[in-house]
Amino acid sequence: MVDLSVSLAGIPLKNPIIPASGTFGYGREFAEIYDLNILGAFSWKGTTAAPREGNPQPRIAETPGGMLNAVGLQNPGMDAVIAEEVPSIAKIFHGPVIANVGGFTLEEYAENCRKLNDVDQAAILEVNISCPNVHAGGKNFGCDPHAAAAVTRAVRAVTGKPVFMKLTPNVTDIAEIARACEAEGADGVCLINTLLGMRIDLNTRRPVIANRTGGLSGPAVFPVAVRMVWDVYEAVKIPIIGCGGVDSAETAAEMMLAGAAAVEVGAANLRNPFACKTIIEDLPGVCERLGVTKISELTGGAHHG
Amino acid sequence: MKQSVFTVARVHQETRDVWELVLTGDTSAITAPGQFVNIALPGKFLRRPISVCDWTEDQLTLLVKEAGEGTRELVRMAPGTELDVLSGLGNGFDFRRSVTGPNPVLVGGGIGIAPLAGLLWRMLEAGQRPAVVLGYRSAEESFYQQMFAAFDVDLRIATEDGTIGTRGFVTDVLDTFPAGVYVLACGPTPMLRAVHGHPSVTGGQFSFEARMACGFGACVGCSIPTANGPRRVCKDGPVFRKEEIVW
Repeated sequence: MVDLSVSLAGIPLKNPIIPASGTFGYGREFAEIYDLNILGAFSWKGTTAAPREGNPQPRIAETPGGMLNAVGLQNPGMDAVIAEEVPSIAKIFHGPVIANVGGFTLEEYAENCRKLNDVDQAAILEVNISCPNVHAGGKNFGCDPHAAAAVTRAVRAVTGKPVFMKLTPNVTDIAEIARACEAEGADGVCLINTLLGMRIDLNTRRPVIANRTGGLSGPAVFPVAVRMVWDVYEAVKIPIIGCGGVDSAETAAEMMLAGAAAVEVGAANLRNPFACKTIIEDLPGVCERLGVTKISELTGGAHHG
Repeated sequence: MKQSVFTVARVHQETRDVWELVLTGDTSAITAPGQFVNIALPGKFLRRPISVCDWTEDQLTLLVKEAGEGTRELVRMAPGTELDVLSGLGNGFDFRRSVTGPNPVLVGGGIGIAPLAGLLWRMLEAGQRPAVVLGYRSAEESFYQQMFAAFDVDLRIATEDGTIGTRGFVTDVLDTFPAGVYVLACGPTPMLRAVHGHPSVTGGQFSFEARMACGFGACVGCSIPTANGPRRVCKDGPVFRKEEIVW
């Protein structure tokens, strides 16, 4: 028997597999096709204070080995999520939920996190810092260590729940950002968010996506994510949720060897709605092949010896 | 929604770029005309959403227009090829008489004609006799006319170049209908918009097209603004009621 359980900042997960924010909604669509209780956790759709309609169409483009999306943080707003989605999640999933929190100002991040203090099932707060920073002239909070530190400090001040900062890969040195978050009391980091990309339609000679740019995800980004998880593992002590291009038990194990304590699965859910279920079923076999009886032994394994 | 394997039974070229694909497999998840399937293709990350043209218990008919690399590969699949298909996606048309009233008209343009075949058949079975208005670019680009002509319905055709039927668009044909038409429409967005705004059209259902990632509501990539807020074309649609639609 392989022990698949892992722990994230004191929160026990029955296995390390977590559907990534933005690919799993608030769980409803997947609950129609499999029992969500097999999951380690799930990360809900990035939620901002106000409802957002998102970007104009088209928002999706295909790429070699993946896809671009520019959904634009479409969500019903934190109050509606707490009033309507949280009770609905409680019926379909009994494990820890990772509440992904968006924001445009420090105050909004803090307010969103504070509102989640009374939501017991929101066990971990995943703070998405790749939104435009209206306070710093259009830069992203996640692109600057001082801004990333400021968001961490702001949310740390209002919550006792574990705070994981979700980092953008569109930076020169992601390890520096992770260190800044750790120094301000982040309990962990989650990486990577999508890579900025663009496709152009040969017929119209215009970008395919109305927003012009979109975030690249899918197997194409996997090696980038592995490298960044590796770099951050060398730089910080706090746990890492590895995310980016994982689509099999093998790639999940590889992400853990790079340094991830748990693994988010994103775009794979969109091509194959049973992706997480299949990965979880395949993990014991992969662990046996790798000669580990506890999957948590894989974390950071590539850094030693 | 169901994920299952379908096998290509036969492929027939209808026009220069429109093909009829007949697949065999378990269609039990398909519950209404106007739903779609999402087909995985080797080497392509995103599935290809294709409207269901018609279905029986173990057979699925699709009309596919070659629009790019993926659909080009799909229509060239040899008989016997197995495809990973998500079926039973989207809401489909609601054709109960209490909804459509006594004078429903099916309106299709180009490849948007596909779901109307299965819809017409089921409406006839349910004792309804809708009129059918089909729009093509030209006689050369027309397809499935015989299929519709085989039924005893008021069938009218419009072609942009006048090579069959009325010269012009489906809206030119709708001009000849008295006011109070309830349409069940599928076609390119400009056609849907023109039909939606046609003075004879007082109600109806309109099937939309969108670039999708998942096709089952998870990613909200295909969401469009409606009178009731943002709605997903793949899950809340693809069929929307006239009063919900905003342009």
